[in-house]
Amino acid sequence: MSQMTSYSYGTAMRAAFEYLLENYPEVFIIGQGLWSPWYVGNTMTELEKKFGKERVIDTPVSELACTGAAVGAGLSDMKPIVVHPRLDFMLYGLDAVVNQAAKWSHMFGGQASPNVTIRGIINRGGEQGAQHSQALHAWFAHIPGLRVVTPATVADARDLMIASVLSPSPVMFIDDRWLYDLEDELPPVQELDLATIGPARLKEGDDVTIVGSGYSTQLALEAADALADRGISADVVDLRVLNPFDPAEIVASVRRTGRLIVLDGGWRTCGMAGEVIASVTERVAPSELKASPLRVTLPDAPAPTSRVLEAVYYPRLEDIVAAASDLCAPASA
Amino acid sequence: MEGQLPGVLADPTQLHEPIDLRGTTLEVLEPLMRGMVTIRIAERILAKAREDGLIGGPVHLGVGQEGVAVGVSALLRKTDRIFGAHRSHSHVLALGSSPRKLFAEILGKDTGLSRGMGGSMHLWDEPNGFMGSVPIVAGTVPLAVGAAHAERMKGTDNIGVSYLGDGACEEGAVHESMNLARMLNAPVIFVVENNLFSSHMFIDLRQPSNMTARFAEAHRIPFEIVDGNDVLAVKEASERLVAAARRGDGPGFLEAVTYRWYGHVDFREDIDVGVARSAKDVANWRARDPIGRLARAMAAAGFWSESDQQALEGEVRLALESDWEEALGDPYPEESALMDRVYSAGRTRG
Repeated sequence: MSQMTSYSYGTAMRAAFEYLLENYPEVFIIGQGLWSPWYVGNTMTELEKKFGKERVIDTPVSELACTGAAVGAGLSDMKPIVVHPRLDFMLYGLDAVVNQAAKWSHMFGGQASPNVTIRGIINRGGEQGAQHSQALHAWFAHIPGLRVVTPATVADARDLMIASVLSPSPVMFIDDRWLYDLEDELPPVQELDLATIGPARLKEGDDVTIVGSGYSTQLALEAADALADRGISADVVDLRVLNPFDPAEIVASVRRTGRLIVLDGGWRTCGMAGEVIASVTERVAPSELKASPLRVTLPDAPAPTSRVLEAVYYPRLEDIVAAASDLCAPASA
Repeated sequence: MEGQLPGVLADPTQLHEPIDLRGTTLEVLEPLMRGMVTIRIAERILAKAREDGLIGGPVHLGVGQEGVAVGVSALLRKTDRIFGAHRSHSHVLALGSSPRKLFAEILGKDTGLSRGMGGSMHLWDEPNGFMGSVPIVAGTVPLAVGAAHAERMKGTDNIGVSYLGDGACEEGAVHESMNLARMLNAPVIFVVENNLFSSHMFIDLRQPSNMTARFAEAHRIPFEIVDGNDVLAVKEASERLVAAARRGDGPGFLEAVTYRWYGHVDFREDIDVGVARSAKDVANWRARDPIGRLARAMAAAGFWSESDQQALEGEVRLALESDWEEALGDPYPEESALMDRVYSAGRTRG
């Protein structure tokens, strides 16, 4: 039996940074707010005190230069992590991610690849509004050459961060502050090859397949528990890596359950939920489906500030449970 | 510092005379001349091939600007980290890249610098220090800062070089990058090839001053402004900036004033396509030829002659034409290259 340690999602991520900084001298972290106690939750507390301000670099308000500099360092034997406390803020830095990092290997014939991890945090709710809330994982998953990781569990918060930083490819790592208090017991770190990581089944059931990523996966697990009380057993699949996307696990599950619900914390149109449903329906024959696939997403509107509107904006557990119950109900004659 | 480029740098009717050799020996000058001649003839071959329809994609030619890359590269090592942009043939050739591989790349061949995946606008030759060029204006500028900072973190005295143009100086990325480089003390040299044009637009129509070094001053970065068509002046200014960066003084900025004889893209001269580019201006700038001015200075110094120049150009042309013919016969990438190179080798799922 290996030694288990208690972590929250937030402290598990901090453990990943600690592991990387201790074991890999070529790792450094750069981004806004890294020397501040409030920008990145408890995921990086006092790392600069332990490892020095040369390796944990707080920066000017320059998302593009900092992201590009991390890409350039990742081409020069380093394994940098660039941190953006909100995905919204990093949009100034997209050229470095989309035009440069993601394309580098392909446009130079596979001879070079920036070993860079771009961490973007989703931090919504709390009446923060439209520019402190966006879950843009589907945007990034659209870009060939960019690996997109959305950890939903405490274990993945630690181990997929480590795998991302050790991957020779550029990785967009998107974590969600709504997960930071999640708790679990973890064995010691094991280094994973990110290229071998894909969607994983977190719960087994026979009646319906519920797919999620990031925070939506936790909603899926809660929905599965609530559905069990109603006599419906759900298979829950966590996407984990959105790009390159491997639908095999989900396809196998849907072939068994005949029903598919995809939960997504992003918008509906051209979102990840649509991609999952399309990938399944082009592989699973209509005759194998007991009901049309369903997606539960944000409405196609920017995030509101007023709490009254926030309450209807984000998908609620009871709505998911009701939708899943309807989906699993015997078709009326 | 005054608001505009000093002296007669931006006046095309001036600086036609031979450059001042300042006692420099033939041993130093001959490689500079050979470097410029190689770039000039290689790009003439490309211009003709593009006109003849042998090259499928756009080529951005730097004929007339050869003095900048050759002067800067005289100070660089193969372990330095050099980044370019859309007009980077001169940058790679000045570092010693194989012309055959450059030609092959522009033809989309598997033997090319980027294995046929990049073409003229996406060049890579890391074994010679060239980390990559891309056509997004200013796209590699922050990358050069990070690569330079990585060298400092590793404890080497290698430096980064970021080639950019006067047009790129209008991008926010450049200003963020200069500020960050200063604050990190990153050993990167920003080399602005100020050819007074961004695509079809004359600099006076885009900026309130034609001197981009004002941005270096704003970010407390030491700068030099030189006649980019005087290869020795470029080399000497680079010596000072590169030495400072290598000894840990942080970033530097070189503004080299020059002019491209061709238009923005391909083989045409773009006379009056845009604004303020007349046939007369182009003719005047051709008289500020970095090669001709060096050749005449060397001749005046008594250790070079017109026949030496012709012999050198003939030798270089023969070799380059042979390279071009060989590149034409090279194989294209396998179809599998389309998907196999999306992620770095050996680690792909999905």
